Amino acid sequence: MSARSPYDEERLGELLGLLPPAPAGWVQAAQELPGARLGLDKIVQLARADAEFRVLLVADLESALAQAGFEPTAELIEAVRACLPELDQ
Amino acid sequence: MTTELTDAQLVGRCRNGEAAAWNELVERFSRYVYAIAVRAYRLPEHDAEDVFQDVFARAYERLGSLRDDDAIRPWLAQLTRNACVDRLRATAREHPTEEPSAEAADAVLERLDEALDVHMGLESLSENCREILDRFFARDESYRAIGEALDLPAGTIASRISRCLGKLREKLEGRNSEPETSGGM
Repeated sequence: MSARSPYDEERLGELLGLLPPAPAGWVQAAQELPGARLGLDKIVQLARADAEFRVLLVADLESALAQAGFEPTAELIEAVRACLPELDQ
Repeated sequence: MTTELTDAQLVGRCRNGEAAAWNELVERFSRYVYAIAVRAYRLPEHDAEDVFQDVFARAYERLGSLRDDDAIRPWLAQLTRNACVDRLRATAREHPTEEPSAEAADAVLERLDEALDVHMGLESLSENCREILDRFFARDESYRAIGEALDLPAGTIASRISRCLGKLREKLEGRNSEPETSGGM
């Protein structure tokens, strides 16, 4: 009797079905992390050096970022928002 | 970015700041992280999304602390498990729910590891085979939808799936180590 393959068709299909793609938007957001991180560093640096910019960030985050030349992606906005309490100190 | 890079090579390039390598790393492990969150820990989509982003953010920040670049997969799995457990516990404080047992989560994770090995095996198949198998099994598309997307007669999809599975099986069993270069099935 021959040994049964661990990979018969049914099992292969079942295993392939266990890994559906993650939603495309999630993947894209994760891929954009380095850019967002780089932007975040610059924004934090700018906010520490410029009190007016800091006030603008708190008042209207999205507009402040756009005016300063940063693309206000959801990822970047979220990251900057998380840093705001720290910047206020 | 070639998909032929080993995990360790990919991690090395990410550490050197290559954006394309990071894109590839996310692409390579996105299904795995997603599946751990929704299958092993049964997180609802909105929680799974937070975990997913959190895991890749942590991975990006802490890649330098990874001691063995070959261990990126178990490392990501552990980051994901921790993030899922944290999320479940935070949610349970507001809405008590039953947390999957560690044993149950481990059992699912073991299967997901095997599934990822098989998924990686798809890379050695022709693009047509990859597309057909992924669309049918992972994306749950119908014969008709696959036929329309790939411009193939719907009546031939079942036999193509069978042939492609046969090829995948051969690859996984190491019977044929030569990569396929043609688009044939």
